[in-house]
Amino acid sequence: MHLLVCGGSGCHASANGDIAKALNEALQLSGLNDEIQVVTTGCFGFCEKGPIVKVLPDNTFYVEVQPEDAEIIVQEHIIKGRKVEKLLYKDPEKDEKISDSAKMDFYKKQIRIALRNCGVINPENIDEYIAREGYQALGKVLGELGDQKTIETMKQSGLRGRGGGGFPTGLKWQFANTNQSDEKYVVCNADEGDPGAFMDRSILEGDPHSVIEAMTINGYAIGANLGLVYIRAEYPLAIKRLKKALEQAKEYGLLGKDVMGSGFDFDIQLRYGAGAFVCGEETALIHSMEGQRGEPTVKPPYPAESGFRGKPTNVNNVETFANIPVIINKGADWFAKIGNKKSTGTKVFALAGKVNNVGLIEVPMGTTLREVIFDIGGGIKDGKKFKAVQTGGPSGGCLTEKHLDTPIDYDNLIEAGSMMGSGGMIVMDEDDCMVSVAKFYLDFTVEESCGKCTPCRVGNKRLYEILHKITEGKGEPEDLDKLRNLSSVIKETSLCGLGQTSPNPVVSTMENFWEEYEQHVKEKKCAAGSCKNLMSYHIIEENCVGCTACARKCPVNCISGEKKQVHKIDQELCIKCGNCMDVCKFNAVEII
Amino acid sequence: MSSVKVELHQKDVDKIKEIAKEYNNDPEALINVLHSTQDHFGYLPAEIQEIVAEETNVSIAKVYGVVTFYSFFTMTPKGRYPISICTGTACYVRGAETVLEEFKRQLGIEVGETSENGKYSINCLRCVGACGLAPVVMVGDKTYGRVSPDGVSDIIAEYEDAE
Repeated sequence: MHLLVCGGSGCHASANGDIAKALNEALQLSGLNDEIQVVTTGCFGFCEKGPIVKVLPDNTFYVEVQPEDAEIIVQEHIIKGRKVEKLLYKDPEKDEKISDSAKMDFYKKQIRIALRNCGVINPENIDEYIAREGYQALGKVLGELGDQKTIETMKQSGLRGRGGGGFPTGLKWQFANTNQSDEKYVVCNADEGDPGAFMDRSILEGDPHSVIEAMTINGYAIGANLGLVYIRAEYPLAIKRLKKALEQAKEYGLLGKDVMGSGFDFDIQLRYGAGAFVCGEETALIHSMEGQRGEPTVKPPYPAESGFRGKPTNVNNVETFANIPVIINKGADWFAKIGNKKSTGTKVFALAGKVNNVGLIEVPMGTTLREVIFDIGGGIKDGKKFKAVQTGGPSGGCLTEKHLDTPIDYDNLIEAGSMMGSGGMIVMDEDDCMVSVAKFYLDFTVEESCGKCTPCRVGNKRLYEILHKITEGKGEPEDLDKLRNLSSVIKETSLCGLGQTSPNPVVSTMENFWEEYEQHVKEKKCAAGSCKNLMSYHIIEENCVGCTACARKCPVNCISGEKKQVHKIDQELCIKCGNCMDVCKFNAVEII
Repeated sequence: MSSVKVELHQKDVDKIKEIAKEYNNDPEALINVLHSTQDHFGYLPAEIQEIVAEETNVSIAKVYGVVTFYSFFTMTPKGRYPISICTGTACYVRGAETVLEEFKRQLGIEVGETSENGKYSINCLRCVGACGLAPVVMVGDKTYGRVSPDGVSDIIAEYEDAE
């Protein structure tokens, strides 16, 4: 019997203490600590209901577990064989408890390839990875396939870069293979900068060996002897697990000199990012790894020609790498059958925002947004209305109701005015103002623009200022034209991918929510009630009974009125926090 | 550069030398060296940058250029209880901005500032990846999930009595 405890960052953060430790203590008290093993795994994906504990072999899935529940799990489930009802997941629609995760809507439509080991194995134990076909693919590449057949397999699988660009991985490898040089490099881009995306972190935390194995395969295929992982310093747990995994792989002769006795040498080093979104761009990332400012340079030359230290370099992202050992093991045809013709395999998404089941999911390409948001995601929080879903992060766009049945793949998302990006998917409801959302992303871009080229450095700042003006209620009709024109200039003339895509949130919200922009500018109104300068709170005299609840709750004491008398809000002092509206039981507060 | 004047002791200088040596005084490892140095000192004032420059064989201007380019590096000391509010998209749509406003209001400091008694500082983070817990606030290494503006005073209260 095994107890699997989620050790992902999300669950880690929400447990008031250490669940694994509490379980071990409870087992010890009952004298079972020798028979039952507590394993800390990577992310299970169902972050909304974390912290999660899974019992094997009966597959019982416990949600929202706290350390104080450890004793009841041991006493009831392990000793008496009775499931702990109160910790089981309750299906919100059917109102019944489900103990097997495979039967939950959240997991039913998922196919886990990149996340195959997350939440299954102990990431700090290489033997568990090996037990699940780990390092078999590397053996096959070194012993049987050789470089050309490996690259051919990658090409046939149709795998495309999961970092956002969607460039065919096999082709990228071939370029790096063909370019002759005394030294070549493999780089893993783990600088997950998209706010709201955490798939790469989960893979590194939950299955670091899959990335190490794939990088070694990549090294052999292109003729490189050194790999570098460029990882965010903000991910301390992922760094720790990766370092441990590297040590173990070296100990087992799977990394270092003479890998698996094949005569091939390969080593992997870590380089830390330091918080610069632009470093997700290949050329900027390479400069950062060289100890420079992370500024991009013009392509060509592409990294496959002249990359790290000016040598041929292949850059792939974490999720792309995580797919590779499986493709080698199961074959290109198996992989190519999953998903769409042009976008094969699966994609991991970080589903977040106003959706019931926040978490990490992996679905076949071609799954529709509706399936993701409503079936897997369980619909919109608090029964509100779906308004938009933002994909592709600051480079992507907002998709609406009319796109819900579009199959998700690289090409369809671009056609719909957004992009795949690294896989962040933020769901928004009727309370989200789309002008403010566009402003939010531009605020991000302005801060993250490296400043090298003028369109991005100055243009995005101007875009932000215009959006700010509109949300402040000072917009003029010509501002909308300015937004349009400026957006297209920035897109056309910026140096790198950051600037070329930064106006996308503005363009896509203008396209899909034009009336909202007009409303802000012409009527000076924000229907979502989020732009504070475009609204004010008022007390409806007929409804107010003078219960004083609002006056007591007001953080700035701007509500006056005697008990049982109609109250009044001082508009000068009001900070529009909305507390009065939330506490009023008599519907006596309105927004005008 | 920064207005804070820092006097470095010999042992501080030795520490920086030791860190640089761990990375073979390699100019390529500048960012890793800066990470370790900031880990140790808490921030990277000009005086420290000068020594890092010398030890990694790059110009002071380049070190300064790198320090100011990356948001992770800071030239001013953070508070003893650094408060970081996640302003990633998932937290944003779940109300991180109102939480940030409340922290600023209650502590009377802006983002990037440290309170006069050196106790608190406010910073914004871009996604800690705990989107299931949005909005997320971190105080030092401790994570608080599903924070509402109402909960801000409770969080601050936890640290009021601490030194």
